[in-house]
Amino acid sequence: MVILYTVLKIALMIAFTLNMGAILTWADRRQSAMIQDRVGPNRAVIKIGKFELRLAGLLHPLADGIKFVFKEDFRPPRADKLLFGIAPILAVASVLIVLAVIPFGDTLCLEGLTKAGIPVEECARNAEKGVFPLALTVAPMGIGLLFVFAISGQGIIAAAMAGASSDNKFSLMSALRAGSQMVSYEVTLGMSLIGAIMLYGTVRFDEMVRWQSENAWGIFVQPFAFVLFFVAAVAETKRVPFDLPEAESELVSGYFTEYSGMKFAMFYLGEYMEVVTSSMLIVTIFLGGWALPFLHRDGIHVTLGDVDLIKQLGGMLQGGMPDNETVKAMATTGVAPLMHWGVVLIGVLGFFGKVLITCFLQTFVRWSLPRFRYDQLMRLCWKVLLPASLANIMLTGVGYLALKSLGPSVEPTLKVLSDLAQWLVALIVPFIVIRGVIGFAKNKRREVWKVGSSSAFADRPGGTTVGPMQA
Amino acid sequence: MTVTFPKKAVSARAKAMHVEAAERNITTQVYIPEVVRGVAVSMQHFFANTKEMLRGERPDPVHERLDPGISTISYPEQKRPYPERFRGMHRLTLRANGDPRCVACLCCSTACPAQCIFIEAGEYAEGDPRRGHERFPVRFVIDELRCIFCGFCVEACPCDAIRMDTGVHPVPYDSRDQFIYKKDLLMSFVDRDGGRRDDNPRHEPGDASHPGIDRTAATH
Ligand code: SF4
Ligand code: SF4
Repeated sequence: MVILYTVLKIALMIAFTLNMGAILTWADRRQSAMIQDRVGPNRAVIKIGKFELRLAGLLHPLADGIKFVFKEDFRPPRADKLLFGIAPILAVASVLIVLAVIPFGDTLCLEGLTKAGIPVEECARNAEKGVFPLALTVAPMGIGLLFVFAISGQGIIAAAMAGASSDNKFSLMSALRAGSQMVSYEVTLGMSLIGAIMLYGTVRFDEMVRWQSENAWGIFVQPFAFVLFFVAAVAETKRVPFDLPEAESELVSGYFTEYSGMKFAMFYLGEYMEVVTSSMLIVTIFLGGWALPFLHRDGIHVTLGDVDLIKQLGGMLQGGMPDNETVKAMATTGVAPLMHWGVVLIGVLGFFGKVLITCFLQTFVRWSLPRFRYDQLMRLCWKVLLPASLANIMLTGVGYLALKSLGPSVEPTLKVLSDLAQWLVALIVPFIVIRGVIGFAKNKRREVWKVGSSSAFADRPGGTTVGPMQA
Repeated sequence: MTVTFPKKAVSARAKAMHVEAAERNITTQVYIPEVVRGVAVSMQHFFANTKEMLRGERPDPVHERLDPGISTISYPEQKRPYPERFRGMHRLTLRANGDPRCVACLCCSTACPAQCIFIEAGEYAEGDPRRGHERFPVRFVIDELRCIFCGFCVEACPCDAIRMDTGVHPVPYDSRDQFIYKKDLLMSFVDRDGGRRDDNPRHEPGDASHPGIDRTAATH
C-alpha cells in the first residue's frame, strides 16, 4: 500500500515537472513574443478535415518532441563515447531527484479524511489503528535541504562532462564557464539559506512550511535572503541573465552544441525543468509551500492579534441559527471547520499555483535583462552576493537573539505582525485579480491613420484583413 | 597667439537628440530597483498585448501601425497592400477580341536590362489588313526569376501591351522552369482590381480615329 502511494506521488511530481518543462518552452516563446510585441509561434496545427486545432501554439512543444525523437542521434567521431552518453542522463537526473524531498501538500491523515484534520503527531500516534499519516513528499528525508544541495551540485558535473567529452572547443569553454559559475553561485545559494534555517530551526522542508504557516512566510522574515536566493537560483539554472555557459552569441549553444535529437532534448528540457524545481524550492522555503493564509489543518482561522474574526462571525451568526453545529464550533473555538481532504487539496493546488507564478516571474526576468559579462558575473557573485548573504546571516542572528532576550513581552507584537503578513498576502491576491479583470474589461482607443495608397488598398475588400487573425 | 573659435550655437533639435549616459546613482548601483523597473516594463507589454490578443483587438497593421501593440502581419492570411504604383507580376493586355495587344516590336526585350524577355514574332496571314503594319507574338516568354522588376519593359512598349499592375508578386515555386511565364499565362492575369482595363484606346487602321498613316504611303 505504501509503495503504491509512493509510486503515485512520484508519478504526480514527475508528470507535473515534465509537463511544466514542456509548457515552459511554449510559455517562454509565447511570453517573450508578447513582451516584445510579436505574435509568437502559432503555426503548429492538427487538421481534421475543416477543423483546425491550434491551441495558441501549444502544439509546438508536441511537434518539437516528435522532431527530437526522429532526429539523427549524432555523435562527433572523436567524442568520448561513454561520457558523451552519460552527461544528458545526469543532467536530467540531477533535476528530477531533487523533486523527491519537496513536499507538495500537508501530511494526509488517511481515514480521517472527511473530519476536521488532526495534528500530525496525533495522527502518527493513531497509526496502529490504521490512521497512519501519509506525507505528501516522495521521500520525507530528515536532511531535506542538504540533500537538495548535494544533488543539484551534480548538474555541474553533467555540464562539465558534456562540454569536455564532445570534442568541440566551444563546448569545452562552456564547460569551464558552467563549472566555475555554478560552483560560485552554489556558495551563495547555500549561504543565503542559513538565516532561514536559523529561524525555522530545521532543514526538513515540511517543518519549514509548518513554521511558515504558523508564523509568517519566509519572504517576510527573510526578504533579503529571498532576493539573494532568487538570484543565485536563476544563476544555477543557467538562464539569462546568467546564461554565460550557453551564450548563443558567443559559444553557439555551449556545452550541448554537439548534441542532437533526444539527447539535446534532455538538456533542453532539463533546463526548463530546473526552472520548475528551483521555483519549487523558492516556494517551499520562502513562499510558504502549501500553506495559504488563514488556512490551517483543522480549518480557517482568521485573527489579528487578539481579535478573532471567526469567533465574532460565529457569534453574529449564532443569533440567526442557534442550532447549527458549525456556527457553534466557530463561536467557541474560532475555527471555521473544513474537511481534512479539502484542506489538503487546497494546499496542494496552492503549492502548484505558487510554483506556476514563480516560473512565470522567472521567465519575466529572463526576457527583461541583458546577459552579464563574465567578469561582472564573478564579481556579482563573490563581491556582492556572498558578502550580502554573510551579512544576512549575521543580521538574522543578532535580530533573533535580540528578540529572544526581550522574552515573552514582544510575543503579542510578533503575533500581530505575523497576522498582518498573512492579511497582506490574503488581500494582495484578490486585489491583483480584480485589477486584472478591470484592466481586461477596459476599452482602448486607437488612432487610425489613413494615409497613402496602401492604406486605401487596405480598406478595400480583400485588403490587409482578408484572412482571420490567428491567436 | 591663441585662436578662439566662435562658439557654435546648438540648435534646439541637436539638444533634444542628446542622450545622457545612464547616471551612476544609488538605484542603478544597487541594481535591484532597476531590475524591478525593467521587469515592470516587460509586464506592461505582456499584459497589454495578451489582453488585445485574447479580445481579438490587435491593431490593424496598416491603419494603426503607429499604435503600441502587436502589428505583425500574419502573412499568408493577411497581406500588406502594395502601394498603387507597385510593380508586380507582368501581364499582357488584350484587345477587344481577346488577342494580345503586343505587336512583337521587340522594344521591351531590347530595353530589358536583365534580358529576360523572349519574343518570337509572327506575320499575319496574307490578306489580313494588319499584314505589313504589325506582327504578333507567336511566343512571348518572361523569366520572372531573372526579372529585376525595373519596369523598363512597360515604359518601352509603344502599344501599352505589357503592364506590371497586377499588384501581386510571383509566387514561390519548387523549380526554376515554373518561373518561366508563357504568353497564355501572361495574358490570363488581371490587374489588381480584377479587370482587364487598358487605358489607351487602340486606333486600328480604317477606324475614324486612326491617323491614316499606313505603309501604302511609305516611300521605302
Ligand atoms: S521589369 Fe525590367 S527586368 Fe523585368 S522584364 Fe521588364 S524590363 Fe526586364
Ligand atoms: S514592347 Fe510591347 S508591343 Fe513591343 S514586343 Fe514588347 S510587349 Fe510587344
